[in-house]
Amino acid sequence: MVATDVKRAGRFARVRRWLSSLRGGRGALVAVRAAQLLGGAMAATSAGAVALPEDRAEAMAHLYDGGGTKASGPAVLVRKSVNDQLALSASYYVDMVSNASIDVVTTASPYHEKREAYDLGLDYVVRDSLMTLTLGNSKEPDYIADTWGADISHDVFGGMTTVSLGFTHGSDRVGKKDIGFFDTAHHWQYRLGVTQILTPRWLASVNTEVVSDDGFLGSPYRVARVFGAAVPERNPRTRTSRAVKFRVIGDVGDRDIVHADYRYFWDTWEIRSHTVETGYSRYFGNAWLADSFVRFNSQHKASFYSDNATSETTYVSRNRQLGTYTDVSVGASLSYTFAQVPGVYDAKVHAGYEFVHYNYKDFTDIRTGSLYSYNASVLQLYLTANF
Amino acid sequence: MHANPMRAAAALLALALCGCAPIEPWVKPYERERLADPIMQSQRDALAARHQEHVRVVREGARGATGVQGGGCGCN
Amino acid sequence: MTPATPRTSPLRRLACALLLGAAAGLAQAAIAPQQKAPDFTLRSMDGRNMRLAELRGRVVLVNFWATWCGPCRQEMPQLSKLYDRYRGAGLVLLGVNVDDDVRRAADVAGKLAVTFPVLLDTDKQVSKLYELNSMPSTLIIDRDGRIRFIHLGYRDGYEAAYERQIRDLLKE
Repeated sequence: MVATDVKRAGRFARVRRWLSSLRGGRGALVAVRAAQLLGGAMAATSAGAVALPEDRAEAMAHLYDGGGTKASGPAVLVRKSVNDQLALSASYYVDMVSNASIDVVTTASPYHEKREAYDLGLDYVVRDSLMTLTLGNSKEPDYIADTWGADISHDVFGGMTTVSLGFTHGSDRVGKKDIGFFDTAHHWQYRLGVTQILTPRWLASVNTEVVSDDGFLGSPYRVARVFGAAVPERNPRTRTSRAVKFRVIGDVGDRDIVHADYRYFWDTWEIRSHTVETGYSRYFGNAWLADSFVRFNSQHKASFYSDNATSETTYVSRNRQLGTYTDVSVGASLSYTFAQVPGVYDAKVHAGYEFVHYNYKDFTDIRTGSLYSYNASVLQLYLTANF
Repeated sequence: MHANPMRAAAALLALALCGCAPIEPWVKPYERERLADPIMQSQRDALAARHQEHVRVVREGARGATGVQGGGCGCN
Repeated sequence: MTPATPRTSPLRRLACALLLGAAAGLAQAAIAPQQKAPDFTLRSMDGRNMRLAELRGRVVLVNFWATWCGPCRQEMPQLSKLYDRYRGAGLVLLGVNVDDDVRRAADVAGKLAVTFPVLLDTDKQVSKLYELNSMPSTLIIDRDGRIRFIHLGYRDGYEAAYERQIRDLLKE
C-alpha cells in the first residue's frame, strides 16, 4: 500500500513541479495562451460576454448542531467594483465550536474553540475572460491555514460555453493544545469546469477537481482502536483525490427551476463516494423565492480505516469521516426581497434549514456497542444586497 | 526544433475546435433571458455556499468539484 | 487561406488554426458595414409605431438592449446623454428592448431615466432579422439608410466612439 501510494504521489509530483514552475511571467504566458486557444479557436463575434460579479454585501449567522458538536457564528462579505473591469472583495467568517461529539466524549473531554477566517478576492475582467485571485487565512488556537488561489473563466462559442480553470495552494501549521505547533501540511487543488448552454432554458456543467495533500493529515487528538486498545491514529502523509461532478439545471415552468447533480469521488486512500442531489426552486409573487433539495451521499471506507483493528498496520484510523457510511439530507430555504429596483439594486433576507441523517456502517458507539448514527441540523440566516 | 508534447496537444486541440467552426451558437444572446435569471445559478450567495461546503467537507471524506472556490481550514 | 504544410512547427500550425477559426467566425456575421439596414416596424413604449424606412435622411443609432444584461443597463445613461446632445442636430436614437416582460422593461427604462424612444421587440423578430451576436449591440445608420458602424457589447469609453461617429455622419 505504501509503495503504490508513493508511486502515485511521484507521478503527481511531476505535474506539481511543472505547475509550480509557472510562476510570474511564464505562468501568465501559459494562462494567456490557454485563454487564446479556447477563445480564438471559436472566434465568437460576441464581445464582453463575461461580466464582473455584481457589487454585493452579505451578512450571515450560521449554525451547525449535530452529534454533540455545535458550531455557530457570524460571517460578512463585501464586494465592490472599482471600475467596469476590476472588483475587490473581502470576507470574515467566525466559527465558535463547542465540541462534545462522540469522539471527544468517549476519549477526552468537551471543549470550546473559536476559528476565524479572513478572505480577500480580486476579480478582473478582460474581454471574454474573468480572472479571480484569492487570499485566505484561517486561524484557530491549534491550526493555522493560509491559502492563495487563482481562477480563470472564459466564454467561448458565442458565450454558449464557459470554461474555467482554477488552482489553490494551502499551507497549514498543525498544532496541539499544550504542545504548540509541531507539524505542517500542504494542499494543492486543481479545478477544471465547463458549463454549456443547451437550450434557452437548460444548462449543463461538468466540474473536476484534483486535490493533493502532503504532511500531517490527521488529528493529533483522535485515537484509533487496535485490539480494543486506544492508540494515536496514524494517517499517511500524502493523499491525492479526484472528483467529477455533473450538473443539469433547467427552467421548467414559468418561474421555477429544477436541478440535479451527481458527483463521484475517489482517492489514494481508497475512499470512494457517490453523491446525488436534486432540487427545485420557485418564485412566488414578486418578492419570494423558495429553494428545496434532497441529497444522498454514500461513501466506502479508506483502506486503513477500522473501527477496531485486528492487526498491526502501518496506518490506522478510526476517524468515522473516513469510514463506510451514508448520509441523507433534506433542505429548504426561503428568500424575501424587501427592497428592489430591477437591474439596479435589491436587498433580501434569507433563511435556510437543512436536516442531515448520518448512518455509519462500520463505526460503533462504544457506549452502547451498536452502529452509530445521528442527526444534524444546519441553519443559515442572512441578508444580502446587490447594488 | 522538437515538438514539445504540450505544444502538439495545444495545436491539435485548436485544429479540432477549428473543425467545429461551422456550428453556430444555437441560443442567441437575445434568447438568454431565462438563463440570466439568478435562480439559474448554482450558487447565488457566496457566504451560504461556502458555509454549506465547509460543513460537508468537515463531515465527509469527499471533497471538491463543487464549484466553490476556497482553501481549507483543516478543521480537526 | 491555405493551410500550413505538415512540415511546419506546431506553433505555426496553431497560428493557422486560430486564423482559420477567426475567418470562419467573421464570415458568419451577415450584417456588415455598408449594407442597407433591414427595415422594420415596432411599437414603442408610448404606443406609437415606428418604422425605420421613414427615418431616411436622418442619422439613426439603434441600440438593442435587455433589462437582464448588465452592460446594457450601464450603457443607457450614456445613450441618453448622446441623444440629448445631438437630437437637435438631427440624430434619432432608438432603444430596441428584447425582454419577454414589457412591464419590467418599462420599469427599468423609467429608473434609468431613458430619454429616447424604447421600441419593444418581445417576439425577437427584429433581433433575428439583424442576426445579433451580442448583447448589447449598437448600430449607427447614415442618412441613406446604410449601416456604417457596428458595436458589439459595451465597455466604458465606447460612448466616445459613438459620439465621434455620429458627428461624422451628421456632417454628411
